[in-house]
Amino acid sequence: MDVELRGITKRFGPVTANNNVNLTIRAGEVLGLLGENGAGKSTMMNILSGLYAPDEGEILIDGKPVRFEGPGDGIAAGIGMVHQHFMLVPVFTVAENVILGVEPTGRLDHLDLAAARKQVREISQKYRLQVDPDALIEDLPVGIQQRVEIIKVLFRSAEVLILDEPTAVLTPQEVEGFFDIVKSLRDAGKAIVFITHKLHEILAISDRINVLRGGEITGEGDPKSLSEKQLAEMMVGRPVSFEVAKGPFKPGEKLLSVDDLIVLRDNDEVAVDHVSFHVRAGEVVGIAGVQGNGQSELIEAITGLTHVNNGRIELLDKDVTHASVRERHKMGMAHIPEDRHKSGMIADFTIFENMVLNTYYDDRFSSGPSINWPQVQKKAAEYAVDFDVRTPSVYLKAGNLSGGNQQKMVAARELERDVALLIASQPTRGLDVGSIEYIHGRLMEARDSGDGVIIVSSELDEIMSLSDRVLVMCDGRIVSEFDANAAPLDKNAIGLAMAGVAA
Amino acid sequence: MSENDQKTLSQRLLKRAAPGRAEFEDLVIVPIFAVIVALFIGALIMLATAVDIATIGRSYVALLYGAVGSLNAISETLTASIPLVLAGLGLALGFRAGLFNIGAEGQIVVGGIAAVIVGFSITGLPWIVHLPLALLAGAAAGALYGSIAGYLRAATGAHEVISTIMLNLISYRLLDYMLGLDWMQRPGRSDPVSQSVLPSAELPRLLTHIDPNLRLHAGIFVMLAAVVLVYWLLFKSKTGFEFRASGENPDAARYAGMRASLIIVLAMAAAGGLAGLGGASQVLGVLERATPGFSAGIGFDAISVALLGRSHPVGVLFAGLLFGALEAGGRQMQVDAGVSIDLIGIIQALIIVFIAAPLLVRAIFPWGFKRYAPERKE
Repeated sequence: MDVELRGITKRFGPVTANNNVNLTIRAGEVLGLLGENGAGKSTMMNILSGLYAPDEGEILIDGKPVRFEGPGDGIAAGIGMVHQHFMLVPVFTVAENVILGVEPTGRLDHLDLAAARKQVREISQKYRLQVDPDALIEDLPVGIQQRVEIIKVLFRSAEVLILDEPTAVLTPQEVEGFFDIVKSLRDAGKAIVFITHKLHEILAISDRINVLRGGEITGEGDPKSLSEKQLAEMMVGRPVSFEVAKGPFKPGEKLLSVDDLIVLRDNDEVAVDHVSFHVRAGEVVGIAGVQGNGQSELIEAITGLTHVNNGRIELLDKDVTHASVRERHKMGMAHIPEDRHKSGMIADFTIFENMVLNTYYDDRFSSGPSINWPQVQKKAAEYAVDFDVRTPSVYLKAGNLSGGNQQKMVAARELERDVALLIASQPTRGLDVGSIEYIHGRLMEARDSGDGVIIVSSELDEIMSLSDRVLVMCDGRIVSEFDANAAPLDKNAIGLAMAGVAA
Repeated sequence: MSENDQKTLSQRLLKRAAPGRAEFEDLVIVPIFAVIVALFIGALIMLATAVDIATIGRSYVALLYGAVGSLNAISETLTASIPLVLAGLGLALGFRAGLFNIGAEGQIVVGGIAAVIVGFSITGLPWIVHLPLALLAGAAAGALYGSIAGYLRAATGAHEVISTIMLNLISYRLLDYMLGLDWMQRPGRSDPVSQSVLPSAELPRLLTHIDPNLRLHAGIFVMLAAVVLVYWLLFKSKTGFEFRASGENPDAARYAGMRASLIIVLAMAAAGGLAGLGGASQVLGVLERATPGFSAGIGFDAISVALLGRSHPVGVLFAGLLFGALEAGGRQMQVDAGVSIDLIGIIQALIIVFIAAPLLVRAIFPWGFKRYAPERKE
């Protein structure tokens, strides 16, 4: 099935999300759609799946114009979307999740689960997905859950599959397996739209690439003849540097030392298992690992957000194992949380309120019991300029900013004060190339000015390009350590350590 | 970029966008239409219960007259709104901190009891000492009572909705019990009535020189001061910033180093203190003694007041005045047109329904609003 978008324009009030977009999706082909956050990728795909009606232009399926009236029409026409955030019921089996909403029923509305399981197994075998129809979703790793989402759209007879940032949740090893699945779907004659902002992925998997910027198609081409640099320039609209500028490595005194740390989860499972390490001034320590291997709990323990069951944490030679979040904060610990929406900012607060979320009590911003808001606003405006937060006004609600600007706001808050140790968890997750470049630059500035920096990331490339030392966490333990200043980092070796394969 | 450039750039960010039309619609037009629709449906309900049209017309005229039609009506409206606004401010404070405190009723009761006890038992004080002492006692008792629910929430996770409902019931029984105590009960009475508040602890009536029947009392100054104080607390103080941050996003507040349990107890205490002050102003300014059920459901109406006022102190003030007007007017309506005062309860409830469902109001009055455009995702 071929789909063509012709002259699609979509406006939201004064904002034009898509402007005269032309796009062709062909059976048996992977179309890579590249664009920064807010470039209009999601709007376009929502138009394609029937969620939004375009203001201008038309959609043609196999040459015939169609009109989608609602969200159900896209899938009915054979266009299925695999969302970035899964929509699965954890306590249901794979087969139950797949049939949800389109249950095969027999007489008297009897649910024909046997038929469903058979069909799921057939789909799984046909495309080599290797999914057990009877497994419970909550028992499955994220990579397999994603395959269940794919089975869901295949079960609904989709001929066009839209994959929205599908690799965001996967490990490097899982990504390779996922690419094999995409290829087998393509070879079976499905049309695939692969949405991402990761350049190397789009080059690896696409047969054709379209680049979207500011709601318009700004580039089109063949992955064989395009380089990452060219693509990035099309996407951002200016030349982008991939090299992170770094000063010489000059480690100083020990800032943080963690000794034999044990942290238990609420259900008494061991999350952090006898972890010891240290961070020196002027050094970036990268903590690599597949998500859910204890990195989050380790950071929570270091920042004082969770209870430590055993071991000792020292900051600047003082025991802070049981100190409060604020005490550590006052000692110069800064923390960019892994989930900025959930814990890094308050979407309904203004930018200036968010800028002082953990410094409002400071003498700079308050006197006695009151906060000096005019002073806060003035400082917040300066910070916003300093950290390139693009906004018309600091009175704007933080929730109205784009992801990249939100993260710059959080970074500004954490770095615009006397910092000794900076902890950045997933500092660039979900950000566009331009913002990633900027955040990386600021992190390196902190290092070069003599701060200790801890970076936790599931993006191996990020860890490799920033870190002076890499610690790999697997199953709550630090399983290997790599020193970037002794020998070049070996991506493969780190990847294997992340997967728990002993080196 | 030179330092000067940076200065001008940051100056530009200090500009504040003019309040959008959508905000104006939400804050002003929706409530006005909500009241109109509620009155209209109230008329339909009267019609359905076989009230003829002439009587319906008469009852609404009486409602208006009883609310603002005379000096006495205005005095009654203001008098009725004092405890509503005070308790409503307390609830608004809790809502802002993410606490659905519905214990204002109980906090009013204990605040009233404490104020009455101080009001009649301490003799020989000049009013300048006695009155503030009685008010303070009411606020302190309410704060203590409110913080019980706060403590239970912070220490054990018991949800404040449940615990405040229970504390409301306990406060009723506590009142019944205390009114039967020898030292509390008015001498020579067998029914449960407390001793009367001494004149030195009474909130003085303000308009008796015009007409001795006008009941408006000095509690209105307490109320206005409380509006200003709560506004300052919520939007200008460190504590209020912590309240609001915890209410909007408890996770982010915790990450920012705010102490959640302390904030919960503090917010509940502040809420209880304001409701207790409402109870105190009612017994010191209007009733002059405590009787069974003297709280009269004010604490529950105050929930509506806080919601209608969108948990903003100024909004609560206006909402409290509206509910005070409805109450004062409703009494007149009952007298003049013979329509049950329960209709006022129905109208109040309908107003809340329409405020809570602005899209419904927009659908009924499409010409009152700019066309609704769906927000852009991404």
